[in-house]
Amino acid sequence: MSITVLHPGMLTTVQDQGRTGYQQFGVPVSGAVDPRSAAVANILAGNEEGEAILECTIMGPQLRFDQPAVIAVTGADLGPTLDGVPMDNYRAVQVGAGQVLRFTGPKSGCRAFIAVAGGLDIPQVMGSRSTYMKAGIGGFHGRKLEKEDVLGLRAPEKGPKSLATRAIAPEFRARTEYTLRVVPGPQDDAFTSAGMETFLTGVYSVTAEFDRMGCRLEGPEIAHESSGDIISDGIAFGAIQVPSSGQPIVMLSDRQTTGGYTKIANVISADFRILGQLKSGDKVRFEKISLSAAQEALLAQRASLRLLRHVLDN
Amino acid sequence: MDEVRFLNAGDTAVTVEFGNEISVAINSRIRAFNIALLESGISGIVETVPTYRSLMVHYDPGVIRYAALEQKLKGLLGGLDKVRIPPSEVLEIPVLYGGEEGPDLPFVAEQGGRSVDEVIAIHSAPEYLIYMLGFTPGFTYLGGMDDTIATPRLKTPRVKIPAGSVGIAGAQTGVYPIDSPGGWQLIGRTPVRMYAPEREKPILPEAGQYMKFYPIDRAEYDRIAEQEAAGTYVCKRHSREERAE
Repeated sequence: MSITVLHPGMLTTVQDQGRTGYQQFGVPVSGAVDPRSAAVANILAGNEEGEAILECTIMGPQLRFDQPAVIAVTGADLGPTLDGVPMDNYRAVQVGAGQVLRFTGPKSGCRAFIAVAGGLDIPQVMGSRSTYMKAGIGGFHGRKLEKEDVLGLRAPEKGPKSLATRAIAPEFRARTEYTLRVVPGPQDDAFTSAGMETFLTGVYSVTAEFDRMGCRLEGPEIAHESSGDIISDGIAFGAIQVPSSGQPIVMLSDRQTTGGYTKIANVISADFRILGQLKSGDKVRFEKISLSAAQEALLAQRASLRLLRHVLDN
Repeated sequence: MDEVRFLNAGDTAVTVEFGNEISVAINSRIRAFNIALLESGISGIVETVPTYRSLMVHYDPGVIRYAALEQKLKGLLGGLDKVRIPPSEVLEIPVLYGGEEGPDLPFVAEQGGRSVDEVIAIHSAPEYLIYMLGFTPGFTYLGGMDDTIATPRLKTPRVKIPAGSVGIAGAQTGVYPIDSPGGWQLIGRTPVRMYAPEREKPILPEAGQYMKFYPIDRAEYDRIAEQEAAGTYVCKRHSREERAE
């Protein structure tokens, strides 16, 4: 049971929902940058939500399936094809032995997620299969996939039910401008009220400096009361750091566990599915909402995953 | 004491801030709060991250919403003085100073107007408090280095520093837990692995412990490195109070 990597694409890594419990030791959480799409891919393929998937960035890989498998691709539309025939995103697809999954090029979004029924045969490190490349932790030998890698698969206990109807409409849609909802803090008091106003009304562009660790934005300068430096504290997924330059950096899966820049606000969890799809040149705005509204949105999103599983499996 | 502040860090974490400076007193309150929190059995706590002056509490709002969590955390603060804090452990870290392993030791000595032996004696004398871990897996932020051996970072960082390298940057000292680029002045190397993925506890140091360096020679370095490779080395440690008695 295996997949052979014919071409690794731009950046393809093994990820799951992240490595929790080790941030106190300085170990980044890692995990899928768009955790929602990773969970949906798994549900379509009949897996647990937190199963390891392949996260593909902008230019997807070429993968040969060495035996039949059921797969699902979600997130960005990177133009998936099976033996050259266009393949639906957000649909469970039966792949035959020897068939090749290729991506022709990005049509919308940044990161696609490939789930394989049964899951990837990758050992857990500190409770997770996520790859943290900088320290060579987890995933496939701690690194991104390379040509001729052979990934083991775990045999599914039983194939997913009613394959023909395991599909939903793609959840990610490209827009000319994205809105990310945020909750202010933890250092919102380090900014002038004009600085906060700038942040909440300005349009910011994603620069070429974006990776799994963070996404550097460029736009109207956000004014601090005094400085952008603080005594280091913890950093959550989606934290928006603003160093003294006044230009925001949104922190993603491979963020350091702690850091010394002021954080004006945090993107809400329900919007990570947008955040994880941003790429160079995209435009974003920030909209402030209350903490309780943010938590409602997250719980509603989780409920929709449970509903999806229920509908597909019954 | 400063007032404790509750700072939202998104919808699944809150930073509980105990002050606005780096101090042993603030750090020990954070340690007491962390212990109280972990012992409290409050459901929905995902993990906690101690830093210089705060504790980041990650929680699952599907289990506990913020208002309820804040109330419980505030309740714990009231009883903080009564929390029994176990004596801090001191990790004893052997270091081969100088040579190929510590190429910047002569520079550190020269700019401080000391001999190499004096720098080694000064560096290996204190028990350094581990305020927090961060930057890379297993990297410790230590407090308590003698100012007389403080040395600015390298002007041009090295591309690859081997795991175990012991360095000085400004008034800070620390150990590189994994191979990484960096600009610290390297004064030696420990054969003890700060990070070993196959270990039951992959990361050796913990926030709230202390680190004490002691000089070793090459023969001992090689011996310990061999034991580390075989997975049989046990890092020496003692309790801080025991040693004081």
